[in-house]
Order: sequence, then C-alpha cells, then structure tokens
Amino acid sequence: MKKVFSRPRYLKPVANHYCPGCGHSIVHRLICEVVEEMKMGERVVSVAPAGCAVLAYFYFDFDTVEAAHGRGAAVATGIKRSLPEALVFTYQGDGDLAAIGTAETIHAASRGERISVIFINNGIYGMTGGQMAPTTLLGMKASTAPEGRSERREGFPLDISHLLAEIPGSAYIVRTAVNSPKGIRQTKKAIREAFQCQLDDEGFSLVEVLAMCPTNWKLDPVQACAFIDEKMAQYFKPGVLVDRRKKSKPGPEE
Amino acid sequence: MPSKGKIEIDAELCKSCGYCLQHCPQHCIQLASRYNLKGYYPAQFTGGECTGCAICGLVCPETAIEVWRD
Amino acid sequence: MSEKFLMNGNHALAEAAIRAGCRFYFGYPITPQNEVPEYMAENLPKVGGVFVQAESEIASISMVLGASVTGARAMTSSSSPGISLKQEGLSFLAGQELPAVVVNVMRGGPGLGNIAGSQADYHQAVRGGGHGDYKVPVLAPASVQELADLTYLAFDLADRYRNPVMVLADGMLGQMMEPVIFPEPIAKLPEKDWTLRGAKGRPGRFSRSLILDTKLMEEHNWKLQRKYQQIAKKEVRSESFMMDDAKLAVVAFGSAARIAKGAIGRVRKEGLQVGLIRPITLWPYPVQVIRAAAARVKEFLVFELNAGQMLEDVSLALQGQGELFFYGRPGGPIPTPVEVAKIIASRYYQRIRK
Repeated sequence: MKKVFSRPRYLKPVANHYCPGCGHSIVHRLICEVVEEMKMGERVVSVAPAGCAVLAYFYFDFDTVEAAHGRGAAVATGIKRSLPEALVFTYQGDGDLAAIGTAETIHAASRGERISVIFINNGIYGMTGGQMAPTTLLGMKASTAPEGRSERREGFPLDISHLLAEIPGSAYIVRTAVNSPKGIRQTKKAIREAFQCQLDDEGFSLVEVLAMCPTNWKLDPVQACAFIDEKMAQYFKPGVLVDRRKKSKPGPEE
Repeated sequence: MPSKGKIEIDAELCKSCGYCLQHCPQHCIQLASRYNLKGYYPAQFTGGECTGCAICGLVCPETAIEVWRD
Repeated sequence: MSEKFLMNGNHALAEAAIRAGCRFYFGYPITPQNEVPEYMAENLPKVGGVFVQAESEIASISMVLGASVTGARAMTSSSSPGISLKQEGLSFLAGQELPAVVVNVMRGGPGLGNIAGSQADYHQAVRGGGHGDYKVPVLAPASVQELADLTYLAFDLADRYRNPVMVLADGMLGQMMEPVIFPEPIAKLPEKDWTLRGAKGRPGRFSRSLILDTKLMEEHNWKLQRKYQQIAKKEVRSESFMMDDAKLAVVAFGSAARIAKGAIGRVRKEGLQVGLIRPITLWPYPVQVIRAAAARVKEFLVFELNAGQMLEDVSLALQGQGELFFYGRPGGPIPTPVEVAKIIASRYYQRIRK
C-alpha cells in the first residue's frame, strides 16, 4: 500500500488550538497543500490577523508576519511592493477584514494589489467570545446581539466580497465553504486559483470561505456544517463573484 | 474492483468533531470508548471495507488521519 | 559633492531620506507636510523606489511595517492628528523590533487644530505615544539643514537599534526654504539577518508582538528596556549656546530654539548673561547636560510652542535644583525674537539683576 494522504510539509506537526470542528484548521491545511504543490514554500510571506487565527504562524512553516487588527491588506501591500516576486497572502476573519479592516481591504483591491486574501467568514467574533460580526446573519444571536441580529437595530449583514467584486482592481473573487468534502475540494481549488492569479500578475484576489464555528454558534460540529448549507450559504452564496483574469487556466484535478 | 485501503488516526490529535465518521462512505470509523489525554473520545478505525478514498483525511480539521491505498 | 540647494524643509527631508537609502514611502496628505509625499511621488520611482498614497495614516504605518519586515528602509510622514492615528502601528513596530522612520511635521491642536507650526506633540512623541512600555528616539531639528541631517541619521538609528525613530519637526520648518547641503547617497545598507523574504533554505520564521506567556512577555519587555538604556547612553545629542558665563539658561527645541537664539543675541547686547540649552534628541533627553548646567546656573526658562510639555522633562532633570520659568505659546502663533527677548529680559531682571 502506498500513502495517499498525510500532513503537508508546510503544516507544522503540532496540535492546534482551534475548537473541534473549526473551519480554520481545515483551511490552514489546504493552504499548506497548495503552497507545497505550487512549490512556493520558499517564496511565500503570509500575514496573520488578530482573531482566532492570530497564532497561524505557529502552524505555517513559512515566513509570516503579524499585522495589527484589520491592517493585513496594508501590511501585505508593504511586503509585496518590497518583494514583487514573493507570494503574499493575508489570512483574515470577518471582523479583521470587514469591520476594522474595511478601508485597507477595499483600497488594496482598488489599487489592484497583487496579493491574495483568504477571508474566513464564520459570521461571528470567535476569539473574543462570540460577539456580532459584520457578517452575522439576521436572526442569528451573538453576545452583543442577544435577541438576534435585527435589520432595524444592527443593520443587514455585510456582503463585502460582493462590494469588492465591483472594484476593477479585483481580478478574482470566489466564495466557497468547508462544511463538506465537496466544499473542501472547491476551497483548495479556489486558493490555488487565487495564488496563481497573483503569480500571473492579474490583480487582487480573494477567497471567502464559509467556515464552521461550533462553539459560538452553540451547535455541535456536524450541526454547524448543516447550518452553513441551511443558512449561511443562502445569504452568502458560494460561487465565483468576479473573474477578470486574462490568463485563466482550468483548476487542478481534485 | 474497489481498492483496498487503511487509515491511521492519531488519537491524541483528535478532537472528536465527528466529520470523519459522518463522511466515511464505508462506515469504517467510530468513536473510541476511552478518552485521550485532552478528554476527547477520539475517532477510531474499525478496519472493515476501507477503500483508501481519503475523504476522512480531507475533512479532518486536525490532520490527524493518514491514509494508505493499494 | 557639496552642492548647496535652496529647498523647503519638507522637500529637504524627503531628499535626505532618499539619500539614506529609503526606497519605500507610504503616506497620506495632511497639511503642513504634503510636500513630503509629493516629493516622494515624483522622485522615489526615479531611483527604483515605491511610493504609495495610502487610504489613511493608519494604513500607511502598517504598509511601512510590511516593507520593514522584508528588510527595506521605509518611512512615512504626517502631522499631529495623523500621527495620533499611527500610534498603534508605532507600538507594533517597537514590539516587533522593526526599523522605521516616522516624521511628524507638527501643527496646532488639539483635535483638528490648525495648519500652523507648533510643538504640542512633545509628550506624544517622547512618552512612546502608543500603548505599552516602549520608546522611540525623537530627533528635533531646528533648521532645514538639520532636518535633512537628522532624517538621514534616523534611518541609521532605526536599523542599528531595530526600532522606529521619529523626526519631530513643525509646520514652520517644513515650509521654510533654506540652503541645504546633502550627504552623499549611502553606499551600502546594513545587513539584516532577521528579515522575512521567503524561507529559502531555512525554516519559516515569524515576526510578531503577541506573547501570551507572561513570563516570556516580561523577558521581552526587559530586553526592550535594555535596548532603550543603550540608546540613552549612546545617542543623546544637544547644543549648548553661550552657556559658559550664563546666569540664566533658556531651554528650547526646534523652531522655538531658533527664535530663542535670536532673542538671546538681543539681550546679550544689553549685557544680560543668557545662554541656551537646545536638546536635539528629545528622547533620550539630555538630562546630564541640564544637571551639569544646574551646578552653575540657577535660573532656567523653558520656551516652547505649546502649553508646557518639555517643561516636565526639564523639571525632572533639575530635580529641584534651580528655578524654573515657563513661556509657552500653544495653538500656532510664532512669537518673534523681540517678543521672546522681552520675556527673557523681564525674568532676568526679576531674578538676577536688581
């Protein structure tokens, strides 16, 4: 028998701090698989956020710098301008990217920065204990919206990827989910497309990943996966939001 | 003819999320009756008709599963 | 090449930065420093550098951090309210031990203030400014030539100590035109073995200021403090003007010191024995210079374009020795040497000559 599946080289062989069933750890692995397959481990410089993934650099075995909350796209801009040949990606949650980081994210897209943003959308603030996020759904309860998000009181959830897709500098924006084997395969493909988009000098790329947060959704992991299909993905619909690439190639086989 | 496969699960990394159990098409995985050092009841390979499809590895958030196939 | 250029302060500091090897400028327009990004926009690309007008001062300090972690010499500039916005970034740079140069061309405040020159960001600059136990070396030029020289020096200090460095100018200095002689463009940049440029032939590394373990965090903090002690030992700079026989010492920095020199020239003609101590590094502060002066001088007059900030450092340095008098003008008005001469003379006659 030969080994057909094991830990990718760039995912450090350590236990991680994420909750059971969390989407973060799945995406970390997918990123490391893609980096290895694209042979970019020595050229990647990643930017870690504030949020549950603040310790991402304990898991990625490539160069990573911590950014202040929300500033990932700005730090990535500084890195990419200095190292145009590097593969530069940010890894950000919904608060980091769509609350405090809104300006930096929009303007990086507007400038067409050749960076890739991995946007983990679990509709809640995990690390700080379950407060409302810009992407928390209407009716969804959070510690700062204890009666459930209401349109009148808290406003609508923000579909930031949709906004970013309108910006000409955005070359490739896609939304996937990691709540199923099919979704996980699609997410890996999307990450690879986004990285290739950067290497092809096409412009700004972003992968929004609908991810489970069983702890703060107060669901068990399997229920949390169902919640994505039944609720999250109804508002944040998976698919390609914009593709302005000129050098599109078909994605790799699963 | 379906392939023959096997998996190994690192019980100390497992957090008992249940994804591998849920998605194994051959129902080769169950939760152990003894908990690991962290207090989780880890997933356990029961042998059986594993085809080495590696869906369990794909869905495992902890990268706790290695998969072999003929 | 000792060619003399007639330039305004903002242009001069930008040119000096380029000659110091700065190849990345990230900034945002705010008066009275707009000539800095404009000069950089025009001239950085000519030397293969990169200029980005960021969406805010908050974004630009993080862009500086990104470029700095790759080993590049990077800078930003702003004025008072914009520097307030950068404080988190400064704390992060200090915590991650990353070099950067930040120029504050101070304006009237607080709040939106005005666009006139002032010195009201002294506390913000020398007390660290952002959160946490850290310091930044603060350089206070008093002429366009010195603004160029200190900007050039700032990059060396930043790299040498792996810390952000602030150049504290004011709106008057930024706008006025004086002759400048620039240093030669730097021949070789210092080597840096801690950068993130892609993990070629080595394990991945990371740069961060988050240290959850409190014992490790304390260790990190003491390490930073030892660095600041080294800076305090080695990098103090000040000027003493006519202090040999002084009976009253004016203490002033930047544009205020310049005005004070004019005032001292006038009162000296009347026979008043007045001198000037001009700190050039505001952090580390020339505490020993003040203490040494206090052995012979009993009267000190602090003059600042604010409501009394460096005053506190002079008081701390004096440790109760000597009498302290304060003359301040917050909000942007620039007193003339004549006005300041009258204040000095009035105090002198009250305290020294009957």
